[in-house]
Amino acid sequence: MEIGISHYLTVSAILFTLGVFGIFINRKNVIIILMSVELILLAVNINMVAFSAFLNDITGQVFALFILTVAAAEAAIGLAILVVFYRNRGSIAVEDVNMMKG
Amino acid sequence: MGLQVLFFYLFAFIAVASAFMVIAAKNPVYSVLFLILTFFNAAGLFLLTGAEFLAMILLVVYVGAVAVLFLFVVMMLDIDFAELRAGVLEYAPVGALIGLILAAELIIVVGGSTFSPEIAKGISMPIPAVTERTNTAALGDVLYTHYIYFFQIAGLVLLVAMIGAIVLTLRHRENIKRQSIPRQVARSPETAVEVVTVKPGQGL
Repeated sequence: MEIGISHYLTVSAILFTLGVFGIFINRKNVIIILMSVELILLAVNINMVAFSAFLNDITGQVFALFILTVAAAEAAIGLAILVVFYRNRGSIAVEDVNMMKG
Repeated sequence: MGLQVLFFYLFAFIAVASAFMVIAAKNPVYSVLFLILTFFNAAGLFLLTGAEFLAMILLVVYVGAVAVLFLFVVMMLDIDFAELRAGVLEYAPVGALIGLILAAELIIVVGGSTFSPEIAKGISMPIPAVTERTNTAALGDVLYTHYIYFFQIAGLVLLVAMIGAIVLTLRHRENIKRQSIPRQVARSPETAVEVVTVKPGQGL
């Protein structure tokens, strides 16, 4: 039995779904939501690398590298905002994010 | 060939199981540790496809930087996480329903797909054979020539993220005694030393 691209895409689809599911069930905890976003980005990366390998085109790996960069920047900024929010509010629950009365 | 299949299923199964534990664990510290396990197994999957450089970068960037950052923040914030998990089961049924629908759609779409033979004409940057050029060198060949502007912008994104994170979390606290080196250096014996004549039996 050969491992084809559909195997990798299935794994990535399951990881993506778990990320979305994580955002759904942990609606109060921002840290878990950020981790779910990381899972979603990982699923996208697996897709990119799988297509790159099976199409024999290295462009996919270059773009996976850029996605990795943006994911790292996003995690850093997101956690910094979280720390500032916790300092001001003393809580990280999503329903407390209403200081701007939006 | 059997070994590759075996390792694919090993990595894939552990990655999916630990990804589930990331969102299901009660303690966020366990969530971060399961996230690290997921990244390790994803790096294993990358190795199986031949993307060796990306596998190592995934470990360095995610396990070495992002996951440790998460761990720091989780441990730094003094929060009752049990309270935050109170309403989990309330949303679980609708979440599971939407998740199942999404997963089924994605798997049905990607499951039976095959490449058209004509797609080989559209390949812009073919991967050289491993015997001629290693994965890292091949990636560098493309990254530093065709994608040099993208690469520089990626560096700029990281710079902005770094400055942004520092500016956001930096706070200047008042009423704290700090060392001021210019003031220390500017002191002279005239301003620093006071000569007092103390009369006997009186004290200061």
